[in-house]
Amino acid sequence: MPQKVFAPWEDQDEKPLIRFRDVTKRFGDFTAIDQINLDIYAKEFFALLGPSGCGKTTLMRMLAGFETPTEGVIELAGQDIAPVPPNQRAVNMMFQSYALFPHLSVWENIAFGLKREKKDKGTIETRVSEMLKLTRLEKFARRKPHQISGGQRQRVALARSLAKAPKLLLLDEPLGALDRKLREETQFELMDIQEKTGTTFVIVTHDQEEAMTVASRVAVMDEGKLMQVATPDRIYEAPSSVYVADFIGDVNIIEGKAHQTGDRLQVDWAEGQPALSAKTTDDYSLGQTCYLAIRPEKVAISAERPTGANVLQGEVLDIAYLGNISTYHVKLPTGHVIKAQQANTRRIARRPFTWEDKVWISWSETAAVVLNQ
Amino acid sequence: MKRLSTFNVVSLTLGFAFLYLPMVILVVYSFNESKLVTVWAGFSTKWYGELMRNQAFLDAALVTLQVAVITSTLATILGTCAAYVLVRIHRFPGRTLFSGMIYAPLVMPDVILGLSLLLLFIGVGVDRGVLTIVLAHTTFAMCYVSVVVSSRLVAFDQSVEEAALDLGATPWETFRLVTLPIIAPAVISGWLLAFTLSLDDLVIASFAAGPSSTTLPMKIFSAVRLGVSPEINALSTIMIGLVTVGVISASLVSKRAAIQRAKEERAAERT
Repeated sequence: MPQKVFAPWEDQDEKPLIRFRDVTKRFGDFTAIDQINLDIYAKEFFALLGPSGCGKTTLMRMLAGFETPTEGVIELAGQDIAPVPPNQRAVNMMFQSYALFPHLSVWENIAFGLKREKKDKGTIETRVSEMLKLTRLEKFARRKPHQISGGQRQRVALARSLAKAPKLLLLDEPLGALDRKLREETQFELMDIQEKTGTTFVIVTHDQEEAMTVASRVAVMDEGKLMQVATPDRIYEAPSSVYVADFIGDVNIIEGKAHQTGDRLQVDWAEGQPALSAKTTDDYSLGQTCYLAIRPEKVAISAERPTGANVLQGEVLDIAYLGNISTYHVKLPTGHVIKAQQANTRRIARRPFTWEDKVWISWSETAAVVLNQ
Repeated sequence: MKRLSTFNVVSLTLGFAFLYLPMVILVVYSFNESKLVTVWAGFSTKWYGELMRNQAFLDAALVTLQVAVITSTLATILGTCAAYVLVRIHRFPGRTLFSGMIYAPLVMPDVILGLSLLLLFIGVGVDRGVLTIVLAHTTFAMCYVSVVVSSRLVAFDQSVEEAALDLGATPWETFRLVTLPIIAPAVISGWLLAFTLSLDDLVIASFAAGPSSTTLPMKIFSAVRLGVSPEINALSTIMIGLVTVGVISASLVSKRAAIQRAKEERAAERT
């Protein structure tokens, strides 16, 4: 039996858990958030991705209640949350610095929120042990935050924010302080916990790999605006703008003038060079400026001239050897540098070409994404 | 370790002699047999005995302690409140004015502060006594407390307070359960600072005191004007002793705590 794909954002009848409507936030003259409309659905793992200063943290702090929108409305389960102070919101946050209470033990840190709800002792104890078990911290319950390692502290912060079973959990760069290996492990742990608890997660990150790994949908932000909101594969394969294409992963951008016939676009991109061709469903007027975005792994590189739609000759300028793959920087006679990626299926000694060799690069008509901005 | 050169030894000796020679002389002469302060006539502890029988000094000491304890407690409460508001609330009407004014008594000459308080007490018609000294001392001590506490408040990660709010604590619970325990060391040192300030203040106390409420510094000052007696040397030696023991034990305790903490942190990173 095929499993139902989790995609509430495609369902017209589904009510979003969080709804931003025309939300703007200004600090003095500075506009941190500019007219944002965004729906986030229950049980989603939603990532806000962008460079520092793009407004992603402000957006999250508004959900937590530490900032109020200057204009617009934020709804949580249909209710405007502006008048609700942070200590009465069914929203919990995991802070970038973890913000553990340094004078309390791990156990007391996790129990802090439950005690504020005036739960009885037995309930608190059961819940805290559940959380300790979920985050594998049983052994450290009696320790103080400075007596445990960075990775353990991160798990305490997570356990503490999950203890009250919030409708929505906000994670502010939760893995930023961990080293790479631990970060990768923890990403999968987070996804696991999200699935087990069924909580809606909103994560803020500037690490695109992290966003792609954990999230069901990603919102790419820049200067207080949402550039694109889509699933990780859509963001990667069908970016809506040069900014998004460039921000996520590596990409070759070629600017040119459009010449459309049906769904095929001929792009004049350099004097004396044959036009490049690509497929698009959008309409371009004759001579309109357009951009071709081609991922390096979709560019083939060979010593002999291949047959196909887009074939160009160049010279190997640089080779970045990453072990499993190599990225070749190929300089075209026009001055453009195109990156082509190839898996290193052969031993390095048998690599067919090296620096300053003449090579052919090519890509298919469907490999390039045509963008108008 | 580097060896001390002659130059280092000389400067060290001169510096410390400058600082401590007067006190050493005072301590030595407190054990003098003779009534004349400047003539050594053999070792004796009789002036300490005399001191214990001098009711006026004992009364003054009691008043001073009373004033210091009440003052430092009041100053700590008020100073902590002021520091909290000034550090945490970034915008409210008159904030700049308040934050400037809280530090004004630090640079204000004691004489002016004392005089203005005296005028106030007379104007309002309060009888001068322990109460007025406490009020006067609290006025300037709370500024010192607020300086000490605000430096700690600025230093610690504010997201800890946000985390408490986020977990459902009211602002008061956040302050009581999270902020206060974290700033406790600064609050305690603020209290101790206020205590010592009150203990050795002469000028302001002279303005604010009434006939029935003489503090120890006032008593010593007036006694010295009639001639230095070895009794006063003995009293001063006791005070020096108390302060020394206090300072040394406080620094030992905090140093040991820091070493313990560093050890635990290293252990935590290894697990």
